Amino acid sequence: MTIASTTQLICFAALSATLVIGAIGVVLLPNIVYSAFLLGGVFLSVAGLYLLLNASFVAAAQVLVYVGAVNVLILFAIMLVNKREDLSAIPGLALRRVLSGLVCGGLFVLLIRVAFTTPWALPGPTPVGEEATIRIGEHLFSDYLLPFELASVLLLMAMIGAIVLARRDVLSTDVATGEPADQGLIEKARTPLLVENTLQETAR
Amino acid sequence: MSLDLPTSIPLQAYLALAAVLFCTGVWGLINSRNAVRVLMSIELMLNAVNINLMAFSSYLDGDLIRGQVFAIFVITVAAAEAAVGLAILLSLYRNRETVDMERFNLLRW
Repeated sequence: MTIASTTQLICFAALSATLVIGAIGVVLLPNIVYSAFLLGGVFLSVAGLYLLLNASFVAAAQVLVYVGAVNVLILFAIMLVNKREDLSAIPGLALRRVLSGLVCGGLFVLLIRVAFTTPWALPGPTPVGEEATIRIGEHLFSDYLLPFELASVLLLMAMIGAIVLARRDVLSTDVATGEPADQGLIEKARTPLLVENTLQETAR
Repeated sequence: MSLDLPTSIPLQAYLALAAVLFCTGVWGLINSRNAVRVLMSIELMLNAVNINLMAFSSYLDGDLIRGQVFAIFVITVAAAEAAVGLAILLSLYRNRETVDMERFNLLRW
C-alpha cells in the first residue's frame, strides 16, 4: 500500500464520518439552526468526496451552489419563519418513528445487498483525472447541449416562480391591525424609503 | 497530483456511504415536523444520489465521464427545487402561521 492510497483512505474515513454524523445531526437535532449549519458541513464533505473522485469541477460547483446558495437560502427561510411554537403531541408518534425506521433499515439492507452482490465491470476504463473539466465542457456543448439549454429555461422558470410564490399578495390583511391592505399601503406603512412621500403623509 | 483510484477505496464503500445518507434522508423526510427540515432531508437524498453518480462515473465510466455531467444537472435541478420549495414554504407560513407539517392537512381525508 503506497503512501498516497493510505492518505486517501484516511481522507475517505474522515469525510464519511463527518458526512454520516452530520446527516444524522441534520435529521435529529431539535434546534433547526444547528441543523442548517450541519447541512453546510455535510455539503462540504460531499465536495471533499468529489475531490477524492478526481472531479474538481463538480466539487467546486457543489461548494458554490450548495454551500453558497442552497444553504444560505435555507438559513434565510429559517430566519423568515422563526416563530417559536410548541408542537402539539400526536398519538402514535413513537410507533410511527419505529415503523419508518424499520422501513428505512430495510431499504438500507436492500441497497447494500445490491451494491455488494452486483458484479460491477471493474476495473473500468482509466479515469481521465485532471482532464475532467475539459471533458465535461465537451459533453455540455455536444451531446448534452439540449439538456444544458433546457436547464437554463428551468432555472428561469424556477426564479420567476419563486418570486411569484413568495411575494405578498395584492389583497392581504395587515398582520398588526387585521384590516385589509394592498401592496402599496404595506410598503408605505412599513418601509418609508422615499423621504418626500413620508413628509407628504405627515403633512396631510 | 493524480490519485490512483481503483487500488485503495472500493466502489462499494462509496455506494454504502450513499445508501446511509439516502436512508437518513428518507427517515428525516418522513419524521420531520418542521417543514424546513423536510427540505433539508430532500437535499440529503439528492446528495446521496450525486455521490452514487460520481462514484460510477469515476470507477466504471472513467473515459467518458457522463456521471459528472448528470451530477451537474442534478445540482441545477436541486437548486431550482430549493428555491421553489422555500417560496412555497413562505407562502404556506403566511397563510397558516405555522411550519408544523401535521397542520398542513387541508387535503387529508
